[in-house]
Amino acid sequence: MAKSPETEHPQRAFGWAARDPSGVLSPFNFSRRENGDEDVTIKIHFCGICHSDLHSIKNEWGIARYPIVPGSCDYCNQQLENYCPKMTFTYGSIDRDGTPTYGGYSDIVVVDQHFVVRFPDSMPFDAGAPLLCAGVTVYSPMKYYGMADGPAGKHLGVVGLGGLGHVAVKIGKAFGLKVTVISHSPGKEGEAVGRLGADGFVVSSDPLQIKAAVGSMDYIIDTVSAVHVLTPLLALLKTNGKLITLGLPDKPLELPIAPLVLGRKLVGGSDIGGMKETQEMLDFCAKHNITADVEVIPMNQVNVAMARLAKSDVRYRFVIDVANSLSK
Amino acid sequence: MVGNQPEKEHPVPAFGLAARDQSGVLSPFNFSRRATGEKDVKFKVIYCGICHSDLHMIKNEWGTSTYPLVPGHEIVGEVTEVGSQVEKFKVGDRVGVGCIVGSCRSCDNCSNSIENYCPKMILTYAGTYHDGTVTYGGYSDVMVCDEHFVVRVPDALPLDAAAPLLCAGITLYSPLRYYGLDKPGIHLGIVGLGGLGHVGVKFAKAMGAKVTVISTSPAKKQEAIERHGADSFLVSRDQEQMKAAMGTLDGIIDTVSAVHPIMPLIGLLKTHGKLVLVGAPEKPLELPVFPLLMGRKIVGGSCIGGMKETQEMLDFAAKHNITADIEVIPADYVNTAMQRLEKGDVKYRFVIDVAKTMQA
Repeated sequence: MAKSPETEHPQRAFGWAARDPSGVLSPFNFSRRENGDEDVTIKIHFCGICHSDLHSIKNEWGIARYPIVPGSCDYCNQQLENYCPKMTFTYGSIDRDGTPTYGGYSDIVVVDQHFVVRFPDSMPFDAGAPLLCAGVTVYSPMKYYGMADGPAGKHLGVVGLGGLGHVAVKIGKAFGLKVTVISHSPGKEGEAVGRLGADGFVVSSDPLQIKAAVGSMDYIIDTVSAVHVLTPLLALLKTNGKLITLGLPDKPLELPIAPLVLGRKLVGGSDIGGMKETQEMLDFCAKHNITADVEVIPMNQVNVAMARLAKSDVRYRFVIDVANSLSK
Repeated sequence: MVGNQPEKEHPVPAFGLAARDQSGVLSPFNFSRRATGEKDVKFKVIYCGICHSDLHMIKNEWGTSTYPLVPGHEIVGEVTEVGSQVEKFKVGDRVGVGCIVGSCRSCDNCSNSIENYCPKMILTYAGTYHDGTVTYGGYSDVMVCDEHFVVRVPDALPLDAAAPLLCAGITLYSPLRYYGLDKPGIHLGIVGLGGLGHVGVKFAKAMGAKVTVISTSPAKKQEAIERHGADSFLVSRDQEQMKAAMGTLDGIIDTVSAVHPIMPLIGLLKTHGKLVLVGAPEKPLELPVFPLLMGRKIVGGSCIGGMKETQEMLDFAAKHNITADIEVIPADYVNTAMQRLEKGDVKYRFVIDVAKTMQA
């Protein structure tokens, strides 16, 4: 007979959880395990709201186990733990002791030290938190697929200017890449070029702009999680170009094969990053003064934030001020 | 637009087999080749392989064909004349020409020896040459070609069985190298055991791979293993076999050009595995994104190879005794051969005995 979330473990914890696919979050009493020999107990100050949290709480991928306390603000990785077939997610997984994992929309978390990273002193907590998912999610494929290898002047396209996309622009520029943002919203050009430092902007729904940019990019990072067409994106790649897709649509995408064959192009995936790489990413971002652009909110605004996130109405990540606003 | 008069276009009389319309029926065709230019190599065609692309093109299945169409891009023969600036070849040399006879020679791709990705590459047949004339392929008695696009056929390779390497061979060799699937000990899958697939097995084995052939036909298992040297065989329609093989392959070369599901193939790959398509189905395929992300896998394409690599491939084949398995046919059998090819009834490439059977 399963114990209740409150009595499962010895340390009391409090957070906000979704109970069902409506995704509405509400106060939730639960518990954390005793701090073991290899464990670190962390008082949570901030936790970013990642779009995956929204997908999860609404069971858009069909794998939800309620109640779900989202929040992978303290996700951690070395080497390739992120590709381990038995990896445990920060939330929504079953941990080694058989109990469900609860994420960072909560006051404390207890984590094996291997999966904890050090936050650089020069990096503000609130603006740095989203790097733990968004940052490593774009940093890792940039390294793995050779975008950071040079020579200088390689051209990266970033599809989607949201939580992932805006961080990709910053990290891409820090790697010395020429960066073009590809977006269906013409209104984002000012931000992309003016504020975030992108070198160019292509409106994906404008065939003339796409045509002008055909065969111009060495790489494309596609952050869009909605189902979308790949054909125009593949056309933007040069010969040997690589389209790396990071979003998780709930249906398969249509992949035209002729562009791959005729241009020796490829479509690859990437999923967050390992522990060592996450630490490396944080240190790289600290060195280059890279943080996310955030809107800090109190916990009791989290459902409003989710509704706005569903409409992409955020520049560019919500961060929950957990320590100051999570009252029992 | 009515021709160009093929017989009078150029000074050198030539004879071949051409399709006149979308029926794809091939019939005798008198035309002409250009005079041997300073950089040209002229050769007597001895054999020409029949590639499945020839079948697609004679029937205009890709919508790019112009008639009359003389197919053939697996062409081998003996040099009869060289231009004054030709450096690599002399009269009597055994040579071959594959899928391309020209490119811009100045773009990044041409400079990097991947002329096959030049936006202005000129196909061996049904293309338009620099002088504005239509290119005619190797189902003919003589070829004139710029030396840059001619390769030497090593003495160790028999001409007839080497001909298919000029398309099928390079089509498999190139992605094995480019995608890093040429390392000893890797486990490679090859989908489809036809003209491309059977040559792929041979190259992969020579590179030290463990090879699994993946096919819809259980009947091909014995040949795959006993004749071509594959280590194992997976029937793609057998769900249990496919399930048992999940996560076992470092790479897959998929030679199938019909529309087919790639999700099961992606499932066969290990983490960091690579699925490379060399056939181009005419409709988009469904790409399941989760498995791609969760295993950091890739789906890529490849199309023949550049000239430098084609020569390298032939030299590698000579060193490792790799040739295609062929059925040599006389020129007047070609329409029957096309019908059999359409049904997959060939082990594993038809090769036309041009020198002995193709005469005006």
